[in-house]
Amino acid sequence: MKSLFTSGHRGCAGCCDAMVAKFTLMAAGEDCIVISPTGCLEVMSTPYPETSWEVPWVHSLFENAGAVASGVEAALKAMGKKGDTKVIALGGDGATIDIGMRSISGAFERGHDITYVCIDNEAYMNTGVQRSGATPFDASTTTSPAGKVSYGNPRPKKNMPAIMAAHGSPYIATTSLGYPKDMIKKIKKATEIEGPTYIHAHAPCTTGWGFDTSKTVEVAKLAVQTGLWPLYEMENGEVTKVRKIGKQKKPVEDYLKMQKRFKHLFKMEGAGEQLKLIQALADKNIEDFGLE
Amino acid sequence: MSIQLGGVCQPGTTRANKTGSWRTFRPVYDYDKCIKCKLCELLCPDMAVLPRDDGFFEFDYDYCKGCGICANECPKEAIDMVLEEK
Repeated sequence: MKSLFTSGHRGCAGCCDAMVAKFTLMAAGEDCIVISPTGCLEVMSTPYPETSWEVPWVHSLFENAGAVASGVEAALKAMGKKGDTKVIALGGDGATIDIGMRSISGAFERGHDITYVCIDNEAYMNTGVQRSGATPFDASTTTSPAGKVSYGNPRPKKNMPAIMAAHGSPYIATTSLGYPKDMIKKIKKATEIEGPTYIHAHAPCTTGWGFDTSKTVEVAKLAVQTGLWPLYEMENGEVTKVRKIGKQKKPVEDYLKMQKRFKHLFKMEGAGEQLKLIQALADKNIEDFGLE
Repeated sequence: MSIQLGGVCQPGTTRANKTGSWRTFRPVYDYDKCIKCKLCELLCPDMAVLPRDDGFFEFDYDYCKGCGICANECPKEAIDMVLEEK
């Protein structure tokens, strides 16, 4: 199958953004318009005057992908051209969870027929791994460095899917690039449902998280298998489907020890307590979503 | 009122940028082990796994950056990563 996201982009070897962009276009097909806010995906896919996109694509500002997607959708409707054309916003966690929050909230509250896909690599990778609202508890980033007085980021991830569910979205799903078929299926479903739909795609970043370029998919799977990244679907505010972990269940250490951003947890004095706190986060996910 | 066009790029033009030169390790297929499961084609972040008429695949070394995801994920270990030498 020929990809609508093409080679020659400047993403790092093993790039998670490129994979999610590819899967999104596999799900959406040719008849779509994509809006990307500022971020790794934007700069690496489109170093002007070149672009990797083979579908209509707009670079919005960092903060307004939701508003631009709303405008594209409203314009298509006003011109009587909406038809089956899918309007998809595809942005990173910084642009989604922090900087773009207001415009996404507006788009969902107004009920535009768009799909927003968040590529969550858990920090501002494009500018050099600064912490974002999606950075997990105890991850070391350049603005939440682990050291003598800190175990890294002191806060847990912001629960963006729950915030979008509170907007009354008809369909919300979490997914991971470790499970590409799951991701393609959910994005396809999201684009086919009328109204504002939200996909939160977990995407391990080789450069920012510090693991070998060949391990992008392996690390993604471990996030799911430890319970740190639960995969579920919500329809009209209710959880309707989860991906059970079952016998694949692994301790959080298996996931954490593969990444440099957590290496302090295996060296620092007293870090054992921190590992217990992270395991408790995973256990809570497993209990809350019934993943056992 | 007229709206000025912003910067416009032609589709798929990054193909001009041959990222294969970034590579340190080159993936090589062992076709005796390959079961044509297509996982490598699906996962490649650089769209550098191309289908052949016989159902097998070949690497597009013009663009493959040598990340090694295909070799790491291959269920039959049919892909070797070999050091590039000049």
